[in-house]
Amino acid sequence: MSSRPEGLMHVPLPLTPLTRKDFTSDQDVRWCPGCGDYAVLAAFQGLLPELGIARENLAVISGIGCSSRFPYYVDSYGMHSIHGRAPAIATGLATARPDLSVWVVTGDGDALSIGGNHLVHALRRNVNITVLLFNNRIYGLTKGQYSPTSQPGLVTKSTPFGSVDAPLNPVSLALGAEATFVARSLDSNRAHLTGVLRAAAAHRGAALVEIYQNCPIFNDGPFDGFKGASESAIWLTDGQPITFADGRYGIVQGRRGLEIAEVSEAGLDAVLVHDSSIDDPTRAFALSRLTDSAGLTQAPFGVFRDVSRPAYDDLVRDQIAGAREGSRGLQAVLAGHDTWTV
Amino acid sequence: MSSEHVLDRVVIRFAGDSGDGMQLTGNRFTADAARYGNDFSTLPNFPAEIRAPAGTLSGVSSFQLHFASFDIRTPGDAPDVLVAMNPAALKANIGDLPKGGIVIADTADFTPRNLKKVGYESDPLTDGSLDSYQVHTANLTAMTAEAVKGMGVGRADATRAKNMFALGMLTWLYNRPIEPTLAFLDRKFGGSTAVRDANKAALRSGYAFGETSELFAVRYTVAPAAQLPGTYRQIHGNQALAYGLMAGAELAGLPLFLGAYPITPASDVLHELSRHKALGVTTFQAEDEIAAAGAALGASFGGALGVTVSSGPGIELKLETIGLGVMLELPLVVVNVQRAGPSTGMPTKTEQADLLQALYGRNGEAPVPVLAPESPGDCFDIAVEACRIALRYRTPVMILSDGYLANGSEPWRVPDLADLPRIDPGFATEPNGPDGTFLPYKRDDVGARAWALPGTPGLEHRVGGLEKADLTGNISYDPANHERMVILREEKIAGIVRDIPDLQVDDPVDDPRADEEATGRADVLVVGWGSTSGPIAAAVRRVRLTGRRVARLHLRHLNPLPANLGTILSQYRRIIVPEMNRGQLTTILRARYLVPAEPYSRVRGLPISLTELAADLIRIIDEEAK
Repeated sequence: MSSRPEGLMHVPLPLTPLTRKDFTSDQDVRWCPGCGDYAVLAAFQGLLPELGIARENLAVISGIGCSSRFPYYVDSYGMHSIHGRAPAIATGLATARPDLSVWVVTGDGDALSIGGNHLVHALRRNVNITVLLFNNRIYGLTKGQYSPTSQPGLVTKSTPFGSVDAPLNPVSLALGAEATFVARSLDSNRAHLTGVLRAAAAHRGAALVEIYQNCPIFNDGPFDGFKGASESAIWLTDGQPITFADGRYGIVQGRRGLEIAEVSEAGLDAVLVHDSSIDDPTRAFALSRLTDSAGLTQAPFGVFRDVSRPAYDDLVRDQIAGAREGSRGLQAVLAGHDTWTV
Repeated sequence: MSSEHVLDRVVIRFAGDSGDGMQLTGNRFTADAARYGNDFSTLPNFPAEIRAPAGTLSGVSSFQLHFASFDIRTPGDAPDVLVAMNPAALKANIGDLPKGGIVIADTADFTPRNLKKVGYESDPLTDGSLDSYQVHTANLTAMTAEAVKGMGVGRADATRAKNMFALGMLTWLYNRPIEPTLAFLDRKFGGSTAVRDANKAALRSGYAFGETSELFAVRYTVAPAAQLPGTYRQIHGNQALAYGLMAGAELAGLPLFLGAYPITPASDVLHELSRHKALGVTTFQAEDEIAAAGAALGASFGGALGVTVSSGPGIELKLETIGLGVMLELPLVVVNVQRAGPSTGMPTKTEQADLLQALYGRNGEAPVPVLAPESPGDCFDIAVEACRIALRYRTPVMILSDGYLANGSEPWRVPDLADLPRIDPGFATEPNGPDGTFLPYKRDDVGARAWALPGTPGLEHRVGGLEKADLTGNISYDPANHERMVILREEKIAGIVRDIPDLQVDDPVDDPRADEEATGRADVLVVGWGSTSGPIAAAVRRVRLTGRRVARLHLRHLNPLPANLGTILSQYRRIIVPEMNRGQLTTILRARYLVPAEPYSRVRGLPISLTELAADLIRIIDEEAK
């Protein structure tokens, strides 16, 4: 057996090598100029050829919102569905079709507000799907209302006096639902985003990737602090000490939980070494809480958790395969055990 | 020695506490009647509370069985025999028993405290208030305890076996063999020999008590009914529905995928289908009704036959998915086992008030085919038909069953799958457009679009809820295109009319069996749909027995309506439409055909009473004759 990742193990290989162009549909991309969605689409289309899957076995399911236009631009099978329901639809598709690589494209309003229930349960069940959650912290398609991840105080059309809602942290939510793969990246860092998407595709079971994505029209710049040589971004790399701001700061285990320390004072040995494979989600959750959801002055990026647990759809198919051996056929079921003849 | 009487029909109602095993007792007696060849129809009636307080009126559970030597259509309005296991069961049901009816009561629970609990000032079994009935009393509980003494079962299990004692008595009273129930108990309690033996002992004792006690002066026989040759079994509506869905998938060669969320009275379809993994059935118990429908549609997108099952409050949540299914033009079978509404309504009580929701309950112009079974066994045929239409026309299809059909049972002639026509899903495998392109919204001769499954090379395409450009399926806001697409979708559904049979009106002019006076075309036509078929047919028969003429028409297809419906309606002076709603089909008939259809509305959570309906029809017919 080759080194084919488990997440794609039942998906047929392409007959001929594919390029990014093969995954580009003939539809004009219609996001606003400067929208972060372009960068995510480019990273996704750039990654697809290297996944080694047949184009026709890729299925992209989206909900409603700006990001949910995504399937129209990917030349494969796709469905632009109903607000919030993409994880449910993808669950049915993935369960019915083990030979498909199923991706869900959703946004902060779609996945966390109207579709919160479906997201939580798809993650909990560990359905073999990969969820790309575009988080721009705003409702874009409806022209600028605050979302469940908007920063407190944000002035929008529906919050002229500033939002008083507490923002949700999608990574914490996913870990709370015991998702087996949880990661965060951002639109402006193509290399990091591609790496996270690659790991997500390789994972068997539900994978959630939160992608910080800029909306230049209605919520411009909340993630600017994480661009380039950022002092605020905490990069998580397996096997590496969790340091940031050029190695000046590190994450250490304090008496009341994880704390930020100056490495020169605490010593590099005291800094936690990242390990996404820890089965207990507690550490990953603690790391997710280092996100400053209000001001975004600080946030970890990378793979928080990547553990192995049987996928729901695999278990369903295994049960059916096991039961089929004892099948008496439908005609026998129709007759039942208690018949009489006239 | 008791004498024997031959009856052509009997209605027995078993009533007791919801923990007394009345449903089991009733079902067992039904199985015996079925095996004997009687025609039968049953109606369980139970509280929504799983275990309401013992001995209270709200905790009474009952099971009514109508069995006969002829073709019957309903579980009967009023029982001939009431078996009451406690004062609450007597109080809750005695009002339905006609004068002269038989009461069999277990005296064990007729204590002053229990009598008071349900508002009896004195003991009705002894105070003379039941003098107009034939009352047979015995301490069934005590006799059961005596019968199972020393068999190693606790007091609770001993008391619980009293339903078998009662069943034994009735088995004797109606001249039925005891062996099938003994065999049933062997199967049911195989794991627990003490409980099994106690139940068998209770059954035998009950039978012997009937024979020796001289409690009953008469023993009854109900002869077998004439039925078409074939192999028969007993079937409940929800079970038949599940079987029909499996048959539809098998006939199409597709895996069945059910998305469901537990809800009364539809859950039994989920339970039944969950048992058949051996046939490749996938059942997905979703986080909510919305996800249940969504997952089913997702499975359909992948080439399975997606089905979702619920009742009114759940159907409301699925409407957006049905609308998406209309836009995507993908198959989806949606089953609504209707119950009394609005809102939570009365979950265990029947109604058919979701017709207009099924026809119109979506945003935009979103027509879907709507079908309604007319009997428990017909749930099978309707489910197969729904699968066929959904796959052939690439559309969501709504089935309107209801609580009465779901839980009712009747004899069912087991179909031979080889006799049923195959269903061709007709998947697209080749390009159908210019230059090797694929046009997912190119239509065939019945207006069904090309359906290509993910995994088909060269036919990659996207679908979605945004309006589609004709042929390509690309997003389109073009005004003329939108109007064209709305009409194309409408015409596709309307065109299904070519695929459904014409209606046959049941008019005495065509009925050689009708009495001499009852021949000739009737003035009054009774039109029903769905589960009212049984009560209407029985009422019409009763009216004809009085020498009056009345015609009957029954609809199983509610959208599209059969092609000759308008012609038939135009031939009658009065059109009466009995419905368990406030006149929803009536509204449709009046709007569509401009005929003076009159509603006959009952919304009591119960099937329409054939006695009441027959009396009302007689009044109407006599008015017309003046």
